[in-house]
Parts: sequence; C-alpha cells; structure tokens
Amino acid sequence: MNWFTKTFSSTVGRKIVMSVTGLFLCSFLVVHLLGNLQLFRNDGGEAFNLYSDFMAHNGLIRTMEWVLLAGFAFHIYDALVLTRRNQAARPIPYQNNHPEENSSWASRNMGLLGTVILVFLIIHLYNFLIPARFDGLDPVNIDDVEYENLYAEVVYAFKQWWYVLIYVLGMIALAYHLIHGFQSAFQTLGLNHKKYTPFIQMFGYAFSVIVCLAFAAIPLYFFFFV
Amino acid sequence: MDLTLKVWRQKDRNSAGQMVTYPIKGISPDMSFLEMLDVLNEDLLLRGEEPIAFDHDCREGICGMCSLFINGRAHGPERGTTTCQLHMRHFADGDTITIEPWRAAAFPVHKDLIVDRSAFDRIQQAGGYISVNTGGVPDANEIPIAKSVADKAFDAATCIQCGACVAACKNGSAILFVSAKVSQLALLPQGQTERYTRVENMVAQMDIEGFGSCTNIGSCAAECPVGISLENIAMLRREFIAAKAASENLP
Repeated sequence: MNWFTKTFSSTVGRKIVMSVTGLFLCSFLVVHLLGNLQLFRNDGGEAFNLYSDFMAHNGLIRTMEWVLLAGFAFHIYDALVLTRRNQAARPIPYQNNHPEENSSWASRNMGLLGTVILVFLIIHLYNFLIPARFDGLDPVNIDDVEYENLYAEVVYAFKQWWYVLIYVLGMIALAYHLIHGFQSAFQTLGLNHKKYTPFIQMFGYAFSVIVCLAFAAIPLYFFFFV
Repeated sequence: MDLTLKVWRQKDRNSAGQMVTYPIKGISPDMSFLEMLDVLNEDLLLRGEEPIAFDHDCREGICGMCSLFINGRAHGPERGTTTCQLHMRHFADGDTITIEPWRAAAFPVHKDLIVDRSAFDRIQQAGGYISVNTGGVPDANEIPIAKSVADKAFDAATCIQCGACVAACKNGSAILFVSAKVSQLALLPQGQTERYTRVENMVAQMDIEGFGSCTNIGSCAAECPVGISLENIAMLRREFIAAKAASENLP
C-alpha cells in the first residue's frame, strides 16, 4: 500500500472519511430541506414544481448528485468495514454489561440507526426520485409551460398513513443518528477545544432536532391539512 | 457481608472458560475488592481447589496492574477508581457480583481473570518514547514550558495502562490509551524529534494488534480510573492528520 491508501485504511483514517462525508451529508440535508419548505406554500405546488424542474435540469445540481452518491457510498462502506472490525475486536461478549452507565444509547447504536436511515432512503428514492427521473410524471401547466407534476406525487404519497409513519420513523432515526454524529465528526477531525466544543455540541443537538422535525412536518402536514 | 460471586474461570489460554458461582460469607465492608478475593482464595486453598488467578501489584491505585469487569463495569461501579481501591462498602449485603476478565481480541485470557496486555507494550515500543542524549545532567527548567502545557502533558502521563478503556469500549478500541501516550510526548519540547513518526507508528501498531476503531461514544474516559480526557483523542487525530500530511515517511 502507498502512504495514501495506508492513511485512509487505518482505523483513524477511515473515521476521518466518515466524519467528512457525514458533515457533507448534513450540508445536503440543509439544501434539501430549504427546497422542500416550498411544499408549505399554499400555491397548489407551483413553486415546488418549478424548483424540482430546476433541480432536475441544472448541470451543477446533476453533478452534485454524483458527489452526493459518492458521499453516501464512502460513509456506508467505511461504516461496514469498521463495524466488522469492531465486532472482531471483542469476540467473546460480557455476560453482565452496563454500557448505559457510561455512554448514550444513540452513540452505541449508530450502525442500527444508519441502517434504518438507509432503508428509509431507499423507500424515499423509490417514491420520488425514481418516478421523477425514469417514469415520467403527469404534466402540469404553469404560465403555459408544461412541467412534470412532482407535487401531485407528494400529495398522493402522504395521503397514505403508512408512508407518513415510515417517514416519521425515518426522521426519528436520523435525529438520533445526527445527535451523536454531528458533534462526533468534529471530535474525529481533532476539533476539541474549550471555546468551541460546547457550541458545536449545542449547535449539533439543535441542528439534529430542528432539521428532522422540519422534515417530519412535511408528511404530517400533507396527511392532516392538505 | 454475605455475597454471591459469579467468577469467570478458565484453565489456560487454550481452554474454554465458564462462569462459576461461589458463595462467600463474613466479608467486612472495609475490605478492598481484591482483599475480598484473597479471602475467597484462602477458602478455596483450604478446600483443595485451585485459587482464582487475578492481576494485582501495588494495591494503591498507581500501578495499573489490577483489572476486572465487575457487575458490567470496568473496575466496578465507582468512577475514577481502580479495582484495588474499590471497597466492599459500595456493595450491599446479599448482592450477587459478576466478575469477568477484560474482553478484547487483543487481550487474550491467560488464566481466569488475567489477560495478556502486552499489546499495549508493543504499541509503546512502536513510538511511545523520546530520544535523550547522554552526557552531563541538564539544568532543571532549562527549557521553558508553559504551566498549562506541562499540566496537560502531566494529565496525559497519568495513564497507568490498565486497559479499562479497551474493556469499557463497545468496539474494544485502545485509542484513549494511545492518545494519552501520543499527547503526553507531543505536547512537550522533548517529544518533537519523533513527533510525526510516533503517531504514525503507534496508530499502525494499534491497528495491527486488532483493537477496534473509536466511535466517540466516550465510555473509555467515563470508566478511566485516572480520568484521561477525550481531548487527548482529538489531539491524536490532529497529530495523525498533521503527520500524514507533512511527514516524509513512505510505508
């Protein structure tokens, strides 16, 4: 192995990859949420359909889609490699163990939470991205120009209670994943400082709760109010 | 105090082990946990049974030799305490106490409650040292070191290499131990010569030994008997990133 592959295949190096990709995925959440907030506009989905048309045809966005895919791929791949390694590091479990005395539940179950998020993500892509990209949606006219009506897909999906339930559960898992993951990423990158760490921890907690509440509010809003 | 002990018994490295139950009577609350085990071992000897093997040395909480995973916690239920400094008054009459060895692939069980912690020695040998020229004795305080830096280095240097961090970590990671050694030397001017090589080699050796990777759950620092801080782990990452970026070491 050369120095580069050796760096990023060490346990410390793989965690650096996970923290950088994790923070990148957090930035994606912000962009995704800001776009989706247009669903709350009471305009029959006009703004949202224009926005989704822009996202589907803008070159920069389409390129970033691949970067995003790579971010997920590296994050998940390193998580799998490290989880297997960590399981092998303790082949015989304790018969009496009380980890709840020294660590939080979310921090010990990042793999489980991540798996729930991945399952949610696959369902989410199947709901919206796959039909929008490959199947073609019903047309809608906005100012005499024809657009694909993704808004109608949203309305349709979130009128079904099990989709709403899946989305809310997915966001709960994401919130707990982020509550540990956001601040943990900074510790992994070596940023632990008396001045900044309390702020990062507080900001990370607020970020996790607010972003996930806002996302979860979308299916609930459509189910109960639209 | 009358207690029921459930203790891991294992003949040697290659045998399968099991939990064995021992009732024990008349324990004073003033005894240390190890003295309680001494009483049990005396009893076992008188009965012609093999006494329970466990590690201990100074029994003053400084040497790092004692271990034991007691009732699901490294060094037992009290924080900031080694097993030898844990007293029976922290348990109640009639309690059942489980005693297991540290569990990690890198810490194979020698016998009963004794594990082989030489993996830590090999990590130390990989880089936990400084080069010192021989010759005349240098003047004290010849090299100025800020008090705050000296304090941090000293805090890191209090690591007694007991392995509780590995035992408590759900991933069996040794990073708190390695980070204490790296920080202690990287903070001080005497440690600069090997600064980059040290962190690169110690992390590499840590991986070779089969320890898990850190996921920042913090159980290591919570269970550390001498209170090594998670700040050291962040410092290790900074040292690692700087070393990989700047050192001229090609593997």
